[in-house]
Amino acid sequence: MAYENLIHKYSLNGYNIVLDVCSGAVHIFDDISYKLLDYITTLPMSEECPEDIVNNMKEYPKENVESAYKEVLSLYKQGSLFSEDTYGAFADKMVMSPVKAMCLHIAHDCNLRCGYCFAAQGDFGGERCLMPFEVGKKAIDFLIKNSYGRRNLELDFFGGEPLMNFDVVKQIVEYARSIEKQHNKNFRFTLTTNGLLLNDENIDYINREMSNIVLSIDGRKSVNDRLRYRVNGSGCYDSIVDKYKKLVDRRGHDQYYVRGTFTKYNLDFAEDVLHLNELGFDQISVEPVVTDSTLDYALTQADIPQIYAEYERLAKIIIEKKKNNESINFFHFKIDLDQGPCAIKRLRGCGAGNEYVAVTPNGDIYPCHQFVGMDEWKMGSVMTDELNLTMKSKFAASNVYTKEKCRNCWARFYCSGGCNANNLQYAGDILEPYEIACDLEKKRIECSIMIKAALA
Amino acid sequence: MEHIKTLNNPNLKETAEKGGCGECQASCQSACKTSCTVANQQCEK
Repeated sequence: MAYENLIHKYSLNGYNIVLDVCSGAVHIFDDISYKLLDYITTLPMSEECPEDIVNNMKEYPKENVESAYKEVLSLYKQGSLFSEDTYGAFADKMVMSPVKAMCLHIAHDCNLRCGYCFAAQGDFGGERCLMPFEVGKKAIDFLIKNSYGRRNLELDFFGGEPLMNFDVVKQIVEYARSIEKQHNKNFRFTLTTNGLLLNDENIDYINREMSNIVLSIDGRKSVNDRLRYRVNGSGCYDSIVDKYKKLVDRRGHDQYYVRGTFTKYNLDFAEDVLHLNELGFDQISVEPVVTDSTLDYALTQADIPQIYAEYERLAKIIIEKKKNNESINFFHFKIDLDQGPCAIKRLRGCGAGNEYVAVTPNGDIYPCHQFVGMDEWKMGSVMTDELNLTMKSKFAASNVYTKEKCRNCWARFYCSGGCNANNLQYAGDILEPYEIACDLEKKRIECSIMIKAALA
Repeated sequence: MEHIKTLNNPNLKETAEKGGCGECQASCQSACKTSCTVANQQCEK
């Protein structure tokens, strides 16, 4: 591997940031040491600063160049700069994992008809239907059986709109809770809702039973209502904001996200993040739309510069807010440099089809919620306890080394190979990264680390 | 150091040796559902 692939360096908001890709070390360089990196062309580094580096940096005093070189050399020697990639051996051993997470499509129906919905406005391209309890029960049994030794099991109630089938949600939770101890499992339930059917009773239930809740809203009323509307075309903003506030207040602002989508219609999406923050929400996720690239609101390569600028603008605003002790957490800028996931986890981020599956209202199993409705990707059924292990092994083999474009990418241990469903939809292959998603992910990582630098 | 400030020390290689327990969150469950972000997750150990 070329040595330049071992580090990633960038300047942003006045900080020269240098990532040592394979060790996870992050450094902030001054201008002279940052420039010096351009002239280190061979490894191992020599003990003394080479004469050609001094000659190439004549605008700086020689002693300063040499002292900067010494510091770079010191990082190199301690394994926090130009460290080698030694993870290939682990990747070679990656085999199928137990299934430990499940997206339960509790309702293939929705009381909204959002313009950008990847679920074909709730029905995933099929009939509108609700999951019977019997299917949910079988799904729990399937998850317990196929999770083998894994203790923490995640179950997300998803749709369509899960509150349209809330009695079954409660039955499934009750059933899972009744048997988790005897199987030495710990269920973590989450629910994703559009909020329309929230009321005092189900809010209290959700806050008691759901370890996390995702509340869909795009931001400003005009932005939200343009694409999030009912069958009759009316926007939902006015019907959900107060309910979300009540839910979040009652759970003490703990473990939730207000979650929006941005499109070409609101490339100034930082305003939507700020609007949500002004409403009193501090856990915010606003994410790029996933849709057919020919549609009016789809994001294209031409939008990238503006999106980059907006992420940078948002990052700077968040820095100021945090300096003022205001509470705001933007999901895509959240990064844990120190206690984050282990290197093994980072080799294979997306668990779809391997440790994570989606189950439809009739019990069919798909690799994840985004594959639902694509018949060729159906991989089993909880009703017959079948699982296509050939397909599972294909997903299990997906990691940053089997994805050609990820293998030498500086961001590979942060994004871990991206979203396999996006890869399939846009690039035609789960192992072929979707370029726009890569570009945006890299920008977000750069902004996240810059925020850490600014607040350090 | 005069020229370089380290924001985060090297730690990934160490985690490779003792990691891989598989108890952490599936990557797109917490909020995304349309992308995959890993570095923001927490280790369960």
